[in-house]
Amino acid sequence: MTLDWPTLLPLIFAGLMGLAILIYVILDGFDLGIGILFAAAEDDEQDTMIAAIGPFWDANETWLVLAVGLLLVAFPLAHGTILTALYIPVFLLLVGLILRGVAFDFRAKVPAGRKHRWNRIFFLGSVIASLAQGYMLGIYVLGLDVGLGGIAFGALVALCLAAAYAAMGAAWVIYKTEGELQKKAVLWLRRALVLTALGMVAVSLATPLASPRIFDKWFVWPAMLYLSPLPVLSAVLFAWLWRQTFHLPKVDDRHALTPFLTLAAIFTLGFAGLAWSFYPFVVPDRLTIWQAASAPESLAIILAGTVVVLPIIIFYSVYAYRVFGGKATDLTYD
Amino acid sequence: MDPLILSRIQFGANISFHILFPAITIALGWVLLFFKLRYNATGDSAWMRAYFTWVKVFALSFAMGVVSGVTMSFQFGTNWPGYMETVGNIAGPLLAYEILTAFFLEAAFLGIMLFGFRRVSNRIHTLATVLVAGGTTLSAFWIIALNSWMQTPVGFEMRNGVAHAIDWWAIVFNPSMPYRLVHMLLASGLTVSFLIAGLSALRYLYGDRSESMWKALRTGVFTAAILIPIQIFAGDQHGLNTLEHQPQKIAAMEANWNTGPNVPLVLFALPDEAARENKFEVTIPDGASLILRHSASGVVPGLNDYAGNHPPVFPVFWAFRIMVGTGVLMLVVSWSAAFFLKRRHSLPKPLALVMVPMALSGWLATLAGWYTTEIGRQPWLVAGVLRTVDAVGPVAGSQVALTLAVYLILYALLLIAYLGVLVYLALKAAKDGDTSPLPGVLDAPLSQPAAK
Repeated sequence: MTLDWPTLLPLIFAGLMGLAILIYVILDGFDLGIGILFAAAEDDEQDTMIAAIGPFWDANETWLVLAVGLLLVAFPLAHGTILTALYIPVFLLLVGLILRGVAFDFRAKVPAGRKHRWNRIFFLGSVIASLAQGYMLGIYVLGLDVGLGGIAFGALVALCLAAAYAAMGAAWVIYKTEGELQKKAVLWLRRALVLTALGMVAVSLATPLASPRIFDKWFVWPAMLYLSPLPVLSAVLFAWLWRQTFHLPKVDDRHALTPFLTLAAIFTLGFAGLAWSFYPFVVPDRLTIWQAASAPESLAIILAGTVVVLPIIIFYSVYAYRVFGGKATDLTYD
Repeated sequence: MDPLILSRIQFGANISFHILFPAITIALGWVLLFFKLRYNATGDSAWMRAYFTWVKVFALSFAMGVVSGVTMSFQFGTNWPGYMETVGNIAGPLLAYEILTAFFLEAAFLGIMLFGFRRVSNRIHTLATVLVAGGTTLSAFWIIALNSWMQTPVGFEMRNGVAHAIDWWAIVFNPSMPYRLVHMLLASGLTVSFLIAGLSALRYLYGDRSESMWKALRTGVFTAAILIPIQIFAGDQHGLNTLEHQPQKIAAMEANWNTGPNVPLVLFALPDEAARENKFEVTIPDGASLILRHSASGVVPGLNDYAGNHPPVFPVFWAFRIMVGTGVLMLVVSWSAAFFLKRRHSLPKPLALVMVPMALSGWLATLAGWYTTEIGRQPWLVAGVLRTVDAVGPVAGSQVALTLAVYLILYALLLIAYLGVLVYLALKAAKDGDTSPLPGVLDAPLSQPAAK
């Protein structure tokens, strides 16, 4: 590989897109998870849970806009191929995101009697969006296979990703609340972890089996050795988090953020595994990142802006999280 | 079922739904900043009440705009893959810059603007309002730059059927961009000022005479009264720019079938594309020549020069008339209201009654304007570069039909819910007046003193 700009730019953008997807999955993951957990929460608990994500969800969802935006602008050919193949699940994802996003706002503004309705819509939207994302991941892992097997596998991954988001949501609730709700969230986390682990195992097994190319990337010596930390570390983190759920919450609320950070680490490891599997393809086994990329001069002009702006974005995103740090309190418009 | 027609209807429905909310948030951010600055300067809590009332509308509109905007960014890929494949090298960076410079800014500081009044200093809260307002406007700048480039593309060359950028400055500041941007920003200003005036008039009709109602009412009415003549002038300039760069669009707007001098202004007609003539025409002699060329014998382009290559005449002709008609109505209503508020310090009931439905006049004019310009761009998606028919994806018509049906139902229900909440919030504010505690601050004084 020669290290000139036409080679490097698509690579950089693939990395940026991966980063945006990962940040999205972690950040909006807990928003969506809290929506899913609405099914198991009481009315007053729901208010607290909303307060735990209220100031953040807009910015969190923006990472999806950036991820899709980067796919759109940096890899226009892949964008069309992937999204037309996933037409219906993308549509369901959008309906879910629409319902969730507006319900979030409506529930706080409608007359008291109507709030229930919007709470249910918030739950429904979160579930639909999570399932759709999981299904899309499943189909993508199998190389955009939309046959019967693909659909079945997609359904399994959909369920598991929704559970993984619920786990993230529960972990965020543990961090942002106290008392009974916090204890409840520990139980939610424990249950969701089982399906999360199943989902990661399923995707990890299916990916190499679906593609001989990916199989050869993982199961050759010495690559196996270098890659072994990914599954081993994930398993250790899972086991450790599982044990933690029997000891939480701790005295003085110590380690309240640990479950969330652990899950984020597990997500990151899983994501790294996927990235390794699919590199250098952006459409599995069909289009590489170089074949799908925009012209270098267009990528260069985006990169120039990104280098300047991304640190600023991260800086003020962190600032916004700090402003609303600590335990969630009632959200009021004042 | 034809996926092209269905995809076009779907995209039309999506963008129509989407544009309603940026049309509000772009200008409402600046109005909120105005309320906040007045509060900072005077310490009068009525300004802060107006802020709290309208920041809720901002939050809801912003959420509606975000979710429908996300939908559109996906639809480029699901329904129109040919678009990014052909002009992705140009559209891509513009969209990327919108996301990077504007989208994150709005989203990150919105939380502080909505919920942070008691968590950050008054100064930071004002700054958050500035950044959110600036972000929405910057967003509009990038999107309008892209849309304008699609209408009047320059600064690129085609290589193997794919557009490549040559001159980014020319691309961003393309010939129609300044006109379109000014026209859209003013449209947003008018949409918001009529919305504020209309909902305040509703509160007035329900007996609300609180200081915060008066402050919002005056802000809405005077802003509308100032902006509407500017908009009429800007719209005229935009029309002349269109005449220069997209004459076939002007020909469709005027339903002028034949190029020539002494072209009359068509006030009313039912354009008949099959017969290529107007039915039931009512005209002013030499009118179009006078308006467009400032001379009765001025030559005005006609549709005959663009046979097979011009937009459908009927929708463009009527959308344009609805926009202009609404604008005239806006002029009359806002100036009457301004007169009564300024000279009589009162608002007559009949006028208040008219102002309530006029709350949505901005939406009507904006939509009609969009239809004029976007349908007027057909049959091209990017003028002279990419036809709409060549951009559509390989998705089955039945799938597009199904998703279209669900979108339409969803959008209709959301619109009803949105308008319902606007009215509910206005009536609740009318009931509470200025005597109730400020939202959420039970009996406490304003937690942030005004910066004096």
